[in-house]
Amino acid sequence: MNLTLKIWRQKNADTKGKVVTYQVADISPDMSFLEMMDVLNEQLIDKGDEPVAFDHDCREGICGACSLQINGEPHGPDRGITTCQLHMRRFKDGDTIVIEPFRAKAFPVIKDLVVDRSSFDRIQQAGGYISVNTSGNTQDANSIPIEKDNADMSFYAATCIGCGACVAACKNASAMLFTSAKVSQFALLPQGEVEADRRVLQMVEQMDKEGFGNCTNTGACEIECPKGISLENIARMNREYLKASVK
Amino acid sequence: MAKSALLKSSLAKKYWMAFTGLFLCLFLVGHLFGNLQLLIPVSEGARDQFNEYALFMTTNPAVKLLSYLTYFSIIFHAIDGIMLTINNRKARPQSYVSFRPSTNTMWSSRNMGILGTVILAFIVVHMTMFWGEMKFGGLDDTIYTTADGMEVKDLYTLTIKTFQDAQYGLLWAIAYAVAMLAIAFHLSHGFSSGFQSLGVNHPKYNGFIKKVGMAFAVLVPLAFAVIPFYIHFVLEKI
Repeated sequence: MNLTLKIWRQKNADTKGKVVTYQVADISPDMSFLEMMDVLNEQLIDKGDEPVAFDHDCREGICGACSLQINGEPHGPDRGITTCQLHMRRFKDGDTIVIEPFRAKAFPVIKDLVVDRSSFDRIQQAGGYISVNTSGNTQDANSIPIEKDNADMSFYAATCIGCGACVAACKNASAMLFTSAKVSQFALLPQGEVEADRRVLQMVEQMDKEGFGNCTNTGACEIECPKGISLENIARMNREYLKASVK
Repeated sequence: MAKSALLKSSLAKKYWMAFTGLFLCLFLVGHLFGNLQLLIPVSEGARDQFNEYALFMTTNPAVKLLSYLTYFSIIFHAIDGIMLTINNRKARPQSYVSFRPSTNTMWSSRNMGILGTVILAFIVVHMTMFWGEMKFGGLDDTIYTTADGMEVKDLYTLTIKTFQDAQYGLLWAIAYAVAMLAIAFHLSHGFSSGFQSLGVNHPKYNGFIKKVGMAFAVLVPLAFAVIPFYIHFVLEKI
């Protein structure tokens, strides 16, 4: 496959970026999108040019490191996958592909396609945990009976890999789906109930502080989420927050 | 923290948006039932009935309270919407070169601000045309006594004449229909979105809420839009 790539190049956070056009030839349809990016970078290095910086780690869809807005959609045109799981057979020979970083005030560009998503870490740190006494008499988690439905819903919420596609897809750059998944995974379990009020209040406060937009229920996040995190979690967070606010 | 959480946080904005929006849905139903009286034939005492109803709506204390709540809701809903839009624009200072939201969202969900602006403009025009005339003396010369012996202003004749006007009647009917179309699209997102914002989301009921929302978004504006055309084309001329 021969492709035209329009890629966002930006030296660092302080400089203005621009779209640069590259040609890549002989791309195998069986390559993953990131392998195609590797080919481009080999080509650039051979020519003595600066390779394109992009985030990646596990390359099997579980770490949440890869990002990329591909042709106007986070993680590209397919549903339920991350960029590393996107394959070149999804494109046609001769296609032009626009590749940009995830864009949000709370995700500043570090270089080229790499953005700083530590705002997610700070939201998590604000309350996305449970306090457990580990001083030698730790209780087995399985000793607390948990209703199967709640256990499943908590598990599904916990499958969020924090990649930021929800923010990237949202027209408001809102982090509601991420935050609500992190609130929900604990809110649904007895272990999480103890700190439930403080958790939701603090995590939402941090989310607002980071400069994310407000949710307007367009539902783009749910559709673009590689893990299929449901809008139900946002409604749960809305309930949890309302409950905690009026207390 | 709890107090400011209900006033200033991003979620508070959602709650108030939903709460005022859903209240305004109730208002629409009430307003529609009142307006449907305009379909009564002139010969069956429509003038007296509608004007007595208008008098009741402008003087009854309970209705007055509801009307103040309605004004408050409209203003708050609009201001909240403007604030949300400004905040949301700030959240993405650098826009995408290529952004394809049509692949994952409905047009109406993305354009609630534009639809809301059209609706707000319509409310201003609509209230100037009828409520303003009724309230601020435009109809003072038209006071008459009904068959029941009540002194009323003739809002009925003003309304019917507006839409039966040979020159502008049909244009007004079309303009009203356009505004109702904006309300229909606004409601197609807003109704179910309001429930989601207030935390009402359950796989068992989501389908039902969506369906009721869609039916509401189609039927209520449609019924409103039919009235001016009915007055123009069908109702006997006065």
